[in-house]
Amino acid sequence: MIHFVLLISRQGKVRLTKWYSAYSQKERTKVIRELSGLILTRGPKLCNFVEWRGLRVVYKRYASLYFCMCIDEDDNELEILEIIHHYVEVLDRYFGSVCELDLIYNFHKAYFILDELLIAGELQEPSKRTVARLVAAQDSLVETAKEQTSSITNIIAQAANV
Amino acid sequence: MSGPSLMDSLFQRTLEDLIKGLRQQLIGEQAFISKALEEIRKEIKSTDLSTKSTALLKLCYLSNLHFHDMSFAAFHALEVLSSPRFSHKKIAYHAISLSFHDSTPVLLLITNHLRKDLTSTNEFEVSLSLQCLSRIANVDLARDLTPEVFTLLSSNKLYVRKRAVAVVLRVFEKYPDSVRVCFKRLVENLENYDPQILSAVVGVFSELACKDPRSYLPLAPEFYKILVDSKSNWISIKVLKIFAKLAPLEPRLANRVVEPICYLMRKTGAKSLLFECVRTVVTSFSEYESAVRLAVGKIREFMVDEDPNLKYLGLHALSIVASKHLWVVSENKEVVIKSLSDPDPNIKIESLRLVMAMVSEHNVAEISKVLVNYALKSDPLFCNEILGSILSTCSRNVYEIIVDFDWYVSLLGEMSRIPHCQMGEEIENQLVDIGLRVKDVRLELVRVARDLLIDPALLGNSFLHRVLSAAAWVSGEYVEFSRNPLELMEALLQPRTSLLPPSIMAIYIQSAFKVLVFCLHTCFVRGGSTAGVSASASYESFDDLSVENGAGSTVAHGQTCTSAPITNESIVNLLKLVELALSPLLGSHDVEVQERARNLLGFVDLIKLEALNSSGQEENDSEQKGVEATKIIRMVHDAFSKELGPVSLSAQGKVPVPDGLTLNENLGDLETICSDIELPSSNTFSFGYPSEEKDVSSFSNLQIKEDSGQSNESTSLLAEHRKRHGLYYLPSGKSEVISNDYPPANDPALQGDNNDTASDLVKLTAESLVPKRKPNHSKPRPVVVKLDEADEKPVAVKHPESRDDSLSGAVLDILFGSEDILPTSSRSNLPSSNRKGKEKQHMITQVESKENVVGDGNSSSRRRKDHSHGKERRHRKKNAEERNETDRKEKESSSNHPRRQKSRQRAEEPLKVPPQTSVIPDFLL
Repeated sequence: MIHFVLLISRQGKVRLTKWYSAYSQKERTKVIRELSGLILTRGPKLCNFVEWRGLRVVYKRYASLYFCMCIDEDDNELEILEIIHHYVEVLDRYFGSVCELDLIYNFHKAYFILDELLIAGELQEPSKRTVARLVAAQDSLVETAKEQTSSITNIIAQAANV
Repeated sequence: MSGPSLMDSLFQRTLEDLIKGLRQQLIGEQAFISKALEEIRKEIKSTDLSTKSTALLKLCYLSNLHFHDMSFAAFHALEVLSSPRFSHKKIAYHAISLSFHDSTPVLLLITNHLRKDLTSTNEFEVSLSLQCLSRIANVDLARDLTPEVFTLLSSNKLYVRKRAVAVVLRVFEKYPDSVRVCFKRLVENLENYDPQILSAVVGVFSELACKDPRSYLPLAPEFYKILVDSKSNWISIKVLKIFAKLAPLEPRLANRVVEPICYLMRKTGAKSLLFECVRTVVTSFSEYESAVRLAVGKIREFMVDEDPNLKYLGLHALSIVASKHLWVVSENKEVVIKSLSDPDPNIKIESLRLVMAMVSEHNVAEISKVLVNYALKSDPLFCNEILGSILSTCSRNVYEIIVDFDWYVSLLGEMSRIPHCQMGEEIENQLVDIGLRVKDVRLELVRVARDLLIDPALLGNSFLHRVLSAAAWVSGEYVEFSRNPLELMEALLQPRTSLLPPSIMAIYIQSAFKVLVFCLHTCFVRGGSTAGVSASASYESFDDLSVENGAGSTVAHGQTCTSAPITNESIVNLLKLVELALSPLLGSHDVEVQERARNLLGFVDLIKLEALNSSGQEENDSEQKGVEATKIIRMVHDAFSKELGPVSLSAQGKVPVPDGLTLNENLGDLETICSDIELPSSNTFSFGYPSEEKDVSSFSNLQIKEDSGQSNESTSLLAEHRKRHGLYYLPSGKSEVISNDYPPANDPALQGDNNDTASDLVKLTAESLVPKRKPNHSKPRPVVVKLDEADEKPVAVKHPESRDDSLSGAVLDILFGSEDILPTSSRSNLPSSNRKGKEKQHMITQVESKENVVGDGNSSSRRRKDHSHGKERRHRKKNAEERNETDRKEKESSSNHPRRQKSRQRAEEPLKVPPQTSVIPDFLL
């Protein structure tokens, strides 16, 4: 299974973290420090796997972002590379040629999309179109709710309640 | 209260504002964050849920990417969770799965929220709460929510059902009893034709099978069907993982599965699936020659691929094969050795492992030599990786593969001179360990130690200090093998020893003590004969260090003499040297150093007083006048000459605890303190302070026979050896280079023939893999002292039974309890195999009757069931063998068809599958 997913920028800034195994806050910081030291220093034409604490970290660089996933020793590394690519493609489809800024400003959206793809550290949805549809459906649910709150009548109603 | 809340909600900073603001702060980011956190703390207390949820979202951001603690908001997250709005719920669930853990106090309060959302009609809400459950489930949550998850397992909405399936894994883990409820439905989902559901179920089973494969053997027919039918690579990979675990348990299953896997391997275009096939074959089907050959062919393709990923994985797969089929490695050795100089460190390490797998007692010398040359050229990290693996391979199983210890000891010496070497500690351990274990090698060992000690340049390298301490100890302990103890003494007391850390300094002084005693003993006690030979007075001025060169070369010329001439005059000089070198140490701040220096100086004073004032005047009289001194010297010498042996790791355990001594009183909490401190590596010896050592050594049952003639014998052997392997000996003229400013510890230039190492290695391994007797092994392997049971290192024995008993027990219960359900599901697909189904039922009744006998009526006892399960299988084998006859006939008829056609049948017409699949259940019970 996948133990965690990290997105780290080339400068070592963390853009997204998702933990499927239990790590305390302290451990999380330590893990990220260790891994960014391991991964960011690797040259461009080297293999995409790093052995780390008896586990294996698969990473891939897209533009300025490193997508890293940590898996068990006997998991399939190439499969994980495909999952990473899959995630990037879904993001790309959602944001329309995604860039790092999209992920910075919509960090929660990136999470929600990841949640559609993976659950409990396993791949859930191999179809890009389905993911796009699901995310869109949930977005519209959120949007309608937002419209309700931000409408003037709503604010007035709130003020009247005072 | 609510006034500010309205203002808050109007003018609250959104997440976007926060991010923008954060990005504008070039400096003072921390200040900005703490200000934002303060705002959040205020906003999150608001009664307005929108404000609250926005605050929570911002907090998630800060916690997630800037690692600020958000545990204070746990309760607020629950409050947001109770909102009817989907957007709020979403944020709340996100926050909860991010921050909750098993000890979060409000975890108890979440159960009802989850239950409500699990039964919601909105599939997205259900999915959110499932997702959250998968992350935060603990025993209580898993137990309380099992019924809801169970219901969802057969939900009409695929989206919900597949998520429920994935979550079941966590629920099982936390609360094994839920297996009794949910397992049947989970298995039913295996029959589902929807690829998404199937993928989720197979994923769950592959994780479950990792932990305890045996329980899932009865499901093999279902998995087999999926393997044959599956069109999705994701699913195939997972099923292969399951079979990799199941196949070793059941050879007949392996027989059956190996063919489809090979077919998949040939057919697939996806590298990930291909690799999974290869890995499955090499880990679990290594007895199937043709399959392995096919896999090896694929591995070779991987290894020569441009893509570094495939190369790495190829090497990795090869190292899995290596344990069972070494020929595969030798077949591909060119590629492997070429990868040693790959730019990618991971690939290099992987290929190093493979090279080390090829090492045998015949080629260890050659491979090590070439690897050491590689180490000289490569970067520090890889250099130490190489040295480390040489050291661990050679020392494996008490130096099993080493025949020529003289060579190995000089290799150790050579390795410690490599510039980047940081393996000092391991080399130290091995030097001492070999000294203790292998008697015949001590002569060479002392020579190597001398070469290390005498080189002042080495003292400047802090990584070498451990090696030097071993060298000092060796030369002190085995000084009788030294050709020139006087020279050793100088090396031990040379001025640059001040660079050593005190603990090692103390070892130096102790060794100097031993050497001094030995010199005095030879001179006074063994007396006249040696003194007579000592005419060659080449050591006029011992205070002058430059004499070393002269001494070194003299020794090099006169190889055969074991002990250098020791005259009274040289003793006087020696004593002077000791006083000169040690008197400054009397003021040392380190207790150990100070005390040892004082001991030695005290001894020197004593001797001087008793013996030398007389011997200085009338040399011939010395024996009579120095009777007292001789006595002392003899006593001390006797104390030092007691043989030390390796001490078993368990020796301490054999010491009976004296009455009235409670060992663990008040020391119980030491364990927690000591857990931070690194345990000493598995030394089977302790450093020699003879007084302590003597009683310990009596516990080790040594096989050493006291044999005084040994040393002479080994001297001649050494001469012979030197003639043959002059190559491996360090140049003895090295010390001549020494000038006032010390040369760097190691000059790579000194180590010749670095070029063409790769081709060398290829050549060497080529011959070495053929197990032939090398002619230069004419010398028999020396006795290596082994301790009876202690040398099997106390590996924490992994109990095969250490699996999660409760989980697998529950699974077994279900599978056997519902045996009549399972087959029906498969039988319903197999209309043509009525006959088989009947037989099967017949067998089940057999099983049950057997169980009754064995289980003694207590059918709920899991262990017994487990036990009887094994018995049944044995019994069943016979039945299955009978049936094999008929199967073979079936097979023969079907194998006449070309394979491609057969598989197409399999894929397209499920109805034709039965004759294939139906056989398995019989095999599997």
